[in-house]
Amino acid sequence: MATYKVVGTSMRKKDSMQLLLGKPLFVDDITPQDALVVKVLRSPHPNALVEEIDSSKALLVPGMVAVYTYQDSPQERFTMAGQTYPEPSPRDRLLLDRHVRFVGDAVAIVAGETEKAVDRAMKLIKVRYQVLEPLLDFHKAKDNPILIHPEDSWNAPCPVGADNKRNLCASDTCGDGDVEAVLSRCDYVVEHTYQVKACQQAMMETFRTYTEMDRYGRLHVVSSTQIVFHCRRIIANALGIPKSKVHVEKPRIGGGFGAKQTVVAEVYPAFVTWKTGRPAKMIYTRQECQTAGSPRHAMDVTVRLGATKDGTIRALDVYTLSNTGAYGEHGPTTVGLSGHKSIPLYTGGLEAFRFSYDVVYTNVQSSGAYRGYGATQGIFAVESAVNELADILHMDPAALREKNIVREGMVMPAYYYEVANACALDQCISRCKEIFNWDAKYPIRDMGNGKVRAAGMALSMQGSAISNCDVGSATIKLGDEGFYNLIIGAADMGTGCDTILAMIAAETLECSPDDIVVFGADTDASPYDSGSYASSTTYLTGKATEKACLELRDNMCAIAASMLKCDVSQLEFQGDGVYRLDGTGFVSRGDIATASMVNNCVPAQATVTHSSPVSPPPFMVGMVEIELDRETGSVEVLNYSSVVDCGIPIAENLARIQAEGGIVQGIGMALWENVTYTPQGRVLEDSFMQYKIPTRLDMGTLHVEFAYSHEPTGPYGAKSIGEVVINTPAPAIAHAIFRATGVWHRSLPITPEKILMETGHG
Amino acid sequence: MLKIGSYVRAKSLEEAYTLSQKRSSVILGGMLWLKMQNRSVQTAVDLCDLGLDKIEEQEDCFSIGAMVPLRALEIHPGLQALTQGAMAEALKHIVGVQFRNVATLGGSLYGRFGFSDVLTLFQVLDAKVELYHHGVMSIREFAEFPRNTRDLLVRVTVPKGERRVCYLSQRNTATDFPVLACAVSEAGGHYTCAVGARPGPAVVFTDEEGLLKNGVSRESGEAFGAWVANRAVFGSNMRGSAEYRRKICAVLVRRCLMQLEEV
Amino acid sequence: MEIQLTLNGKKLTCAIESDTLLIDLVRQQGCFSVKRGCETSNCGLCTVLLDGTPVLSCSVLAARAAGHQVQTLEGLQEEAEEFVGFIADQGAEQCGFCNPGYVINTIALLRENPDPTDDQIRAYLAGNLCRCSGYEGQLRGIRNYLNWRKEERHGNV
Repeated sequence: MATYKVVGTSMRKKDSMQLLLGKPLFVDDITPQDALVVKVLRSPHPNALVEEIDSSKALLVPGMVAVYTYQDSPQERFTMAGQTYPEPSPRDRLLLDRHVRFVGDAVAIVAGETEKAVDRAMKLIKVRYQVLEPLLDFHKAKDNPILIHPEDSWNAPCPVGADNKRNLCASDTCGDGDVEAVLSRCDYVVEHTYQVKACQQAMMETFRTYTEMDRYGRLHVVSSTQIVFHCRRIIANALGIPKSKVHVEKPRIGGGFGAKQTVVAEVYPAFVTWKTGRPAKMIYTRQECQTAGSPRHAMDVTVRLGATKDGTIRALDVYTLSNTGAYGEHGPTTVGLSGHKSIPLYTGGLEAFRFSYDVVYTNVQSSGAYRGYGATQGIFAVESAVNELADILHMDPAALREKNIVREGMVMPAYYYEVANACALDQCISRCKEIFNWDAKYPIRDMGNGKVRAAGMALSMQGSAISNCDVGSATIKLGDEGFYNLIIGAADMGTGCDTILAMIAAETLECSPDDIVVFGADTDASPYDSGSYASSTTYLTGKATEKACLELRDNMCAIAASMLKCDVSQLEFQGDGVYRLDGTGFVSRGDIATASMVNNCVPAQATVTHSSPVSPPPFMVGMVEIELDRETGSVEVLNYSSVVDCGIPIAENLARIQAEGGIVQGIGMALWENVTYTPQGRVLEDSFMQYKIPTRLDMGTLHVEFAYSHEPTGPYGAKSIGEVVINTPAPAIAHAIFRATGVWHRSLPITPEKILMETGHG
Repeated sequence: MLKIGSYVRAKSLEEAYTLSQKRSSVILGGMLWLKMQNRSVQTAVDLCDLGLDKIEEQEDCFSIGAMVPLRALEIHPGLQALTQGAMAEALKHIVGVQFRNVATLGGSLYGRFGFSDVLTLFQVLDAKVELYHHGVMSIREFAEFPRNTRDLLVRVTVPKGERRVCYLSQRNTATDFPVLACAVSEAGGHYTCAVGARPGPAVVFTDEEGLLKNGVSRESGEAFGAWVANRAVFGSNMRGSAEYRRKICAVLVRRCLMQLEEV
Repeated sequence: MEIQLTLNGKKLTCAIESDTLLIDLVRQQGCFSVKRGCETSNCGLCTVLLDGTPVLSCSVLAARAAGHQVQTLEGLQEEAEEFVGFIADQGAEQCGFCNPGYVINTIALLRENPDPTDDQIRAYLAGNLCRCSGYEGQLRGIRNYLNWRKEERHGNV
């Protein structure tokens, strides 16, 4: 491993003290408190047509400004998914549609001077619905006579296998080799279906957006978003206005985890401001987040895994049925990861694979992007199947994996034939066994009080940015006295990318990260960036940053050459300035900055845009020890150990927090985070009282280490880490629960009741 | 959202009582449950100036004002000693410290909520409830008292004396509502068992069948647990089915009994 | 109605509605550190000190705070500053939205129990949800701070 000065150290985030001291940094803190209050009247029915809507009484409430209905809505369909144009997600939304498709779908936009006025007015809007029979069960959605999107204006701009007349948001199949033939020759075939719920990101800051008209008569949007540029496009599409009329910026973001990769709240206040010319603000309630947000796609993943009796995994056949809900945001793309980021883990002896899927529309809340993005669901399935195979073969599951995993240098057919150029998965396993004490903890231990201790494990992979698609950019600019501005369009949502990118810049410019000032993200000021999602920021925008800094070094040398009156070839950049190679001259960074501002034609700045033909996977191993109460079904997570290969972590402390945070979200998903519906299609877990995310009493002790690999296409060897970390807990915990009870749970969450009732104890 | 017409800090119990007689008025406890309701209240009556926020140790009992926060009960040394820590065990799972600093004993009991840990525990402490108008009554009578009664809960007294107490609950996460709550006490050889979060409010069982007359053993504990589980009425909600509750009821009752033996 | 209270050491007279919640009052007064994360008193983001006791400001009527002392993180900057650097070292502040409530409640914990065990820390802070950090880094930060404080007090540094 090369030695770096800045990369690989631990660093305080640049905004840490401001955040920790509670300074006003978030949307609702930095925007006027007297903006119009915007709320959305939501449908109580999962499938209905608005027959009549009367807002006359509502408008009489003192302080009421406007009520907008489907009659006021632009009629061009668009998608709220924050993806590269043309979005793979079907264009199936209107700002306000006469046809409402889930409990919580928007019926009217209501704006007034005060929250009290708006609340009163909402009760006075009279809506008459033609209630239609809903389609709530996604297993019955494909080719069901009830169509979620019967409208002719529905359209899918990308060839994703979508067909609104069959309730299909996407459908495809791909593979390598003859799966059926190989499976038929295997000694064992494990075949099961594994189910993951539509879990909520549950970021602490709900969706929120402020809008106003700026001095040029443009719509200025301040929003808690991961995707300022996509947001600009989507707002313009929704409102039917020119892109040039929209300016989007994000302040600090109170967590996103993918939720804010969808334009959930922005269009409503934007419409109000565009119509009234007045500042407006929409703050989602927690209940709205839970019922009209952008959660994980519920998926049923069916795995057929074929192996020899000595434990060689020869074939994997994965079929995923994904529920996109009422709208198709991220439907065609999330599903792909359920196969493409689970199957390649077992590239080792794999002779054939097949991956096929259907993504269907139903009358429930629309899904979106949540950390893991389909890989989470696929890995729960494939990793569980591998653990089941280990049990059938009476093999240690770690040894079984060591026999089959992808190793550095291998071509991964299920991963678009990419080569695993940086892969320390084998080291992850051996090191994790050590720190977890696998050999001692894997055997089932009876604690003598009705409780047993047991362990389980799982592997995980993800990608680093979307290959041949995502774009990252950085501008680096030399300022007075020799400091640098780093300007980005990626969004730091708490993960620390502002700091991480500054560290990359500092490494390249041979200076301290303190010399780098970061700004982002703002559509008027930042260079174009797809945004912060798909595990792309460190890898892609990081590489753009590195390249921009290299270019700036050259430009600084060019300016220095005219100062030192010599040829550039006689100069060398070092962190504090530019030196003559013969030792006869030196100009400092500050001097170059000053010179750049006088009679100078060489830009003291550089902007570089970067995209990647590959998406190098980070890898991870997770091992969990639980104590299970056989008389009540309770599971206590005692220890969670994991070793992550994210290439070279740029900021080790921040990478560790990513891993720890992801693991705890995964624990929540495995054990408690549930989504259930009434027969009328209403989500029952619509608050933090009912949707239980882990507290610090629920997660045991975490231990995270790193196994280093060096990714040649990443900045300083880095791959991503943001998403890979959420994928191991569900299969590892299900494995441990099997060890403790003898029952495989293939449907999440695995609640104490399920454990007790299916174990037959107690 | 809760809407309140006027807020009144009562200067006397009589004033509070008079104000509370209107259907459109409400007595404020910790307000945690109240504030989630989508309702309009004409008058909200606050008892916070009436000195009801104290725990007083008297010769034969602890007298606990209705406005005492749950957190104060949880950390009160006298109550911990009296209940061998069961008081803290019953309260510490309720959301968080900040929540328990706001939630009051009066508010927790008056609603006689099904999920109430507080009601479950106090049922086995031989506690008495003092209502301003209806006077003093046992907590078991109070539990049965008509819910539409418009009265003030003033204080609760918990008698001192030899009493072994144990409290256990089953929760899906550490600070969630209980799936089942169970309290057992023993005084003078008499066992009292309360089962709450059925999901209905806590109900009390005594050893009518004499299953424990020869003392608590693994077998007699199991028998009593099974008997309670069979007698109690359970229902289903988001947190658990009736069938699951019945199964774990037998376990929790037995475990409470066994733990009492260790005291 | 009009009430008087002391907010971060300053006596204030404010006009409020009967149903104004304390969180909305303090935000109106510019104390933007106080955040709302739910409607069901579950998240702990809105924690303030009322007469020194940590409470959920989303669940206390402003009217009930009349005559009392209210402190938000704006009024506890010095006390916070000593400890939060240790959280920053871990990167465990992450998005920061839950930080003010968490920092205030940690201050309350350490006033009540200056030398808590890990389990006591977890129990006291259980009502402060955080979706980013996984909690472990927050615990490490507090532990490092307590170790540092012990060394400081024993003059070993």
